Amino acid sequence: MIAANRPAQRPPGAKLLVVDACRRINHASRSSFVEHLRAGDLVVANDAATLPASLAGAHGATGASVEVRLAGRPSLRPEDVRRFSAVVFGAGDFRTRTEDRPAPPALSAGDRLVLGPLRATVERVLGHARLVSLLFDGSPDEVWAGLARHGRPIQYAHVGAPLALWDVWTRFAGPPVAFEPPSAGFALDWRALASMRGRGVEFETITHAAGISSTGDEGLDRLLPFDEPYSVPRATADAIVRAKARGGRVVAVGTTVVRALEHAASEEGTVRACEGVATQRIGPSSRLRVVDAILSGTHEAGTSHYELLRAFLDDATLTRATLELDSRGYMTHEFGDSVLIERAAPGAC
Amino acid sequence: MNIPSDKILPDFSADESGGTGAGGSGTGPFYGLRVAVTGGTSGLGLALVRELLSRGARVAFVARTAERVRRVAEENPGAHGIVGDVSAKDDIYPVALQVAGELGGLDVLVNNASDLGPVPLAMLSDTECEDLERAFATNVLGPFRLTKALMGALASSAREGRGAVVLNVVSDAAFNAYPTWGAYGASKAALHQMSRVWGEEHADDGVCFLSLDPGDMDTPMHAAAIPDADPSTLKRPEDAARELADAIAGALPRHAAHAASVQESIKEPEGAVL
Repeated sequence: MIAANRPAQRPPGAKLLVVDACRRINHASRSSFVEHLRAGDLVVANDAATLPASLAGAHGATGASVEVRLAGRPSLRPEDVRRFSAVVFGAGDFRTRTEDRPAPPALSAGDRLVLGPLRATVERVLGHARLVSLLFDGSPDEVWAGLARHGRPIQYAHVGAPLALWDVWTRFAGPPVAFEPPSAGFALDWRALASMRGRGVEFETITHAAGISSTGDEGLDRLLPFDEPYSVPRATADAIVRAKARGGRVVAVGTTVVRALEHAASEEGTVRACEGVATQRIGPSSRLRVVDAILSGTHEAGTSHYELLRAFLDDATLTRATLELDSRGYMTHEFGDSVLIERAAPGAC
Repeated sequence: MNIPSDKILPDFSADESGGTGAGGSGTGPFYGLRVAVTGGTSGLGLALVRELLSRGARVAFVARTAERVRRVAEENPGAHGIVGDVSAKDDIYPVALQVAGELGGLDVLVNNASDLGPVPLAMLSDTECEDLERAFATNVLGPFRLTKALMGALASSAREGRGAVVLNVVSDAAFNAYPTWGAYGASKAALHQMSRVWGEEHADDGVCFLSLDPGDMDTPMHAAAIPDADPSTLKRPEDAARELADAIAGALPRHAAHAASVQESIKEPEGAVL
């Protein structure tokens, strides 16, 4: 697929590939997404705003240039911003493909990093030369101010222009806890939310600290997605109960919502209001207990996002859908086109 | 064009998103509520920061001068000071990031930071374009951008039943044609109209918009506008802050019934008093 290289969240020509519960494939305009919903459905999105998680700076001991990409933190609590896990790159920036980036200088516990106004200490190396635990100096508010002044959104070489925070915050972005944008939500604006309401479709959110999608290092990429803290508000848990009771579908906007809701679900599929850390991987052998359909970006085979789609669809249909995406010029990556996939229910067809 | 007077204050009944009210504690509607105030280091803004802190809110305030932000944060333990200029487009997202980051979301946004336009005040035809632009950048574009950036956080709060309120501080100069108050008055009229449209558009999201005139107060801005005014004839900013806090409380879900009476006590834009 072609990489979408312009940071437009809702380009007028955005496409939507729809796979229904009978495994039929249709093509639509993404602006028609709401028309594919039914009265009684519940749409759940990730309301995380995106951190400026890319920090350029230098390795104290050697003076070597580094780029630090924050990749995880222990919880979503506002004051819990001194300790992060982070992926460290050598000199350069997003304009170089991650797989071509030079390695950082050898890092070890106690190393100091100077990141604009921020100062941090490497606490330890986390099982890979480029993955470290960092502890920032200063109070939580000082860390927030430093991130606000110096941080940039994490981005990749396929988008040429530097991204601003407004490029990566969804319309409904709230708590800034994501390391990369929960980009499936780019498809939705306030008008779409109003139009859902008009159709009798409920809209609720969870908050999930979406992590980084690629490191350019095969060994590290195999560890993705990292553990991701999330929270499910009571209103959302209650709405899921209501939707299930009336036979409506739970439609997840993005893979992070699937990961959070399925992690929060009991064996019987009940979701309680909770805070948790999603640690599981979702793939072909996962049984979905809560989510009936997903609005997502278009994903290439082999990525963790693609693996998650295999929980919704058999491989033959997914392969057919991928061929359609390729042959019809769908764009991929965070500013690309979308798919709406309903969990296969062949018995109902 | 005249604004119908019955439309000047917003309709509190728009907020019916349900939920059990703010903060989740019996210690008042502001307990634990997350509030951001722009222009928080002097005048009405500073008085609001203190009033809201005293009512148990978690408060972030925004102002341009780092030294003053630091001092106010020191003098008001628990307040989160954020340095930023709401009239500058590039400051908005860094400010929004710190507000939503430090408070973990947002329940109430007070767009209070204001620019008077030309000082000393000037007739419109004597007003430099740059002074008018600065007044609009601070009083209209700033609140527009910051509210838009934080609308997601506010709507999330409303969905979770905590309620969500945006208070835009306006002026009777928005409604009456006071000579030499053109830049300020026109910009505040624009802010007021924006509040009304926002209120209509986001009523179903549970986000309530208030657009209120606090009255003529003994503040640095008033002194800049009318240097020889007798301070004893002016409202104390602390009193205005208390009234505005009551109005916000009235707009929060579990206080919806109380809202109308609070609404009455806030000064209606009427007659020339300046």
